[in-house]
Amino acid sequence: MSSVKAEVRREEEKRTLTSIKEAGFQAYILVAVCICIMVLTMLLVNVTLTGIARVSTTLFLNYPSSNVDEAGMRPAILGSIYTVVLAIAIALPLGIATGLYLNEYAASSIVNRVIQITLVNLAGVPSIIFGLVALSFLSYTLVLGRSVIVGSIALAFLVLPLITVATIESARLVPLSHRLAAYALGARKYQVVLKVVLPRIMPTALTSSILAVSRAIGEAAPILVISGLIFVRRDPVSLLDEFTVMPLQIYNWVSRPQLEFRELSAAGIIVLLAILFALNILAIYLRNRLQQRVIE
Amino acid sequence: MSSSGKSHNNKEGYFLSINQSGKAIDKIVKFILLGAAMFTVAAIAIIVYSLVSESINFFQHISPLEFLFGTRWAAFFDDKAFGVLPLLAGTMLTTLIALGFAIPVGIGSAVFLSEYASTSLRRIVKPILEILAGIPTVVYGYFALYFITPNLQTFITDLSTYNALAAGLAMGVMITPTIASLTEDAFYSVPQYLKAAGYALGARKSQVIIRIVIPYTLSAVFAVIILAMGRAIGETMIVAIAAGLRPTLTLNPFESIMTMTAAIAQAATGDAPRGTVEYTSLFAVGIYLFAIVAILNTISSYLKRRWEIKYE
Repeated sequence: MSSVKAEVRREEEKRTLTSIKEAGFQAYILVAVCICIMVLTMLLVNVTLTGIARVSTTLFLNYPSSNVDEAGMRPAILGSIYTVVLAIAIALPLGIATGLYLNEYAASSIVNRVIQITLVNLAGVPSIIFGLVALSFLSYTLVLGRSVIVGSIALAFLVLPLITVATIESARLVPLSHRLAAYALGARKYQVVLKVVLPRIMPTALTSSILAVSRAIGEAAPILVISGLIFVRRDPVSLLDEFTVMPLQIYNWVSRPQLEFRELSAAGIIVLLAILFALNILAIYLRNRLQQRVIE
Repeated sequence: MSSSGKSHNNKEGYFLSINQSGKAIDKIVKFILLGAAMFTVAAIAIIVYSLVSESINFFQHISPLEFLFGTRWAAFFDDKAFGVLPLLAGTMLTTLIALGFAIPVGIGSAVFLSEYASTSLRRIVKPILEILAGIPTVVYGYFALYFITPNLQTFITDLSTYNALAAGLAMGVMITPTIASLTEDAFYSVPQYLKAAGYALGARKSQVIIRIVIPYTLSAVFAVIILAMGRAIGETMIVAIAAGLRPTLTLNPFESIMTMTAAIAQAATGDAPRGTVEYTSLFAVGIYLFAIVAILNTISSYLKRRWEIKYE
């Protein structure tokens, strides 16, 4: 009898222990998620409270200045727009073409494998290395200087894997029946690729290029190496002009000790984050709309 | 096409010409697409070439042994020294702090998303992680310097204004979404019958997760962690802003340190005219960094591929 009782008691103890463990595990999961939510909230609140008073037309229209009340980031905003637009103009056609080649032509050849491996490696290269190599190869060896075009090319190759992978994934989803139907009508391979596959991957290409823009617009490290922390007091006009970009201007202000410059950097961050949120909402909206249309 | 050409004699020439030009266009299109694809290969080739050729110049002045095992980095002092160990220590220190934060928080969030969250909660938490993933690293640098450090200083009194701890934590926040979302993807691939078998034996949810889901996805989770580690090692702006730009050979997280990336950033912004030893030293650090990250990425993709072959 007593041994049965002991058995029952041990069993009960075991159960309470598992219940406690279960509760502990759930608490851990909850804490983990709460940390993510809290960090984002604190970041946004801190930045907004510090910087909102300095978000004004001065910030958008003025040139950087050592006088805080007159300082703005006009050249940085223009520099960001120029470099990022140019980078996407380079990366989008290259990325789509690479993705199409990998998915449609080089089914399992050696070329395919080599390109795939380099693609994975390119995606993993630290962004500052892109800056370093662009400085050495483009700025000095090809004598392009520390200019807008060098920054754009560095950013283009930074986002190239992103666009290529998105292209491959969406090209893979084009049904075989569509290709076969085109072939049955007598289409050549290039017609299948350009008139059947390409139109169907355009929605993904568009959304991935918006995501590429939001990645590129926040990149500071490669541009820091390429342009240096120069004091730009002129709008960039030509491709060979010196330039700076928004995150770099923010970095410049963050590294100054005065409180006013901290406020200014927070104001710059508000502008940058607002642009990023807008881009992401646009990407989500386009994805939903265009995907619906394709399905219809 | 050629058969239709035969059945309509009068159109034969027309079809033939289409046929011929079609063939040519086919080749041209393929060639153009291949040419575009070659840009990727060329980019990697140029990266390796530039890093190697500039590093060779560096190693003509400084011996590789002195570089790899030297304990002092002072590229811009009169008394120059190019020992990479302090930079390596700084990189490892911040990366370990980042992983120490991001692994538990990221995997916990992944478990929450895949096993516990209702659809409506998922709809709230998932975008929060996506927003965190999209925040530029300068912003995390600002956050580390002006939020994390002052708050830590209230209970760690000997924490310097610029320190490895705050930078590492901000870096941890940066890589948490990567770990969370990729781990979550792996968790979803666990077959339902395995989990059901666990529950049928009377296991609690935590037991199913710890004994079935995590062991099943272990190599995928390792792949994700190593990938995230590579990203942390390559991160520049957070450490440049918040970690202090002072090369110290230390593992004390409360001190100012300098990482490999920060050394490159600092030298690039300072005075490192082309051709000087300081300038070429950047590329030696760069190629070291590139090699570390490339090895990590290779291990990560190897683990991932092995996992995919095993379970898919």
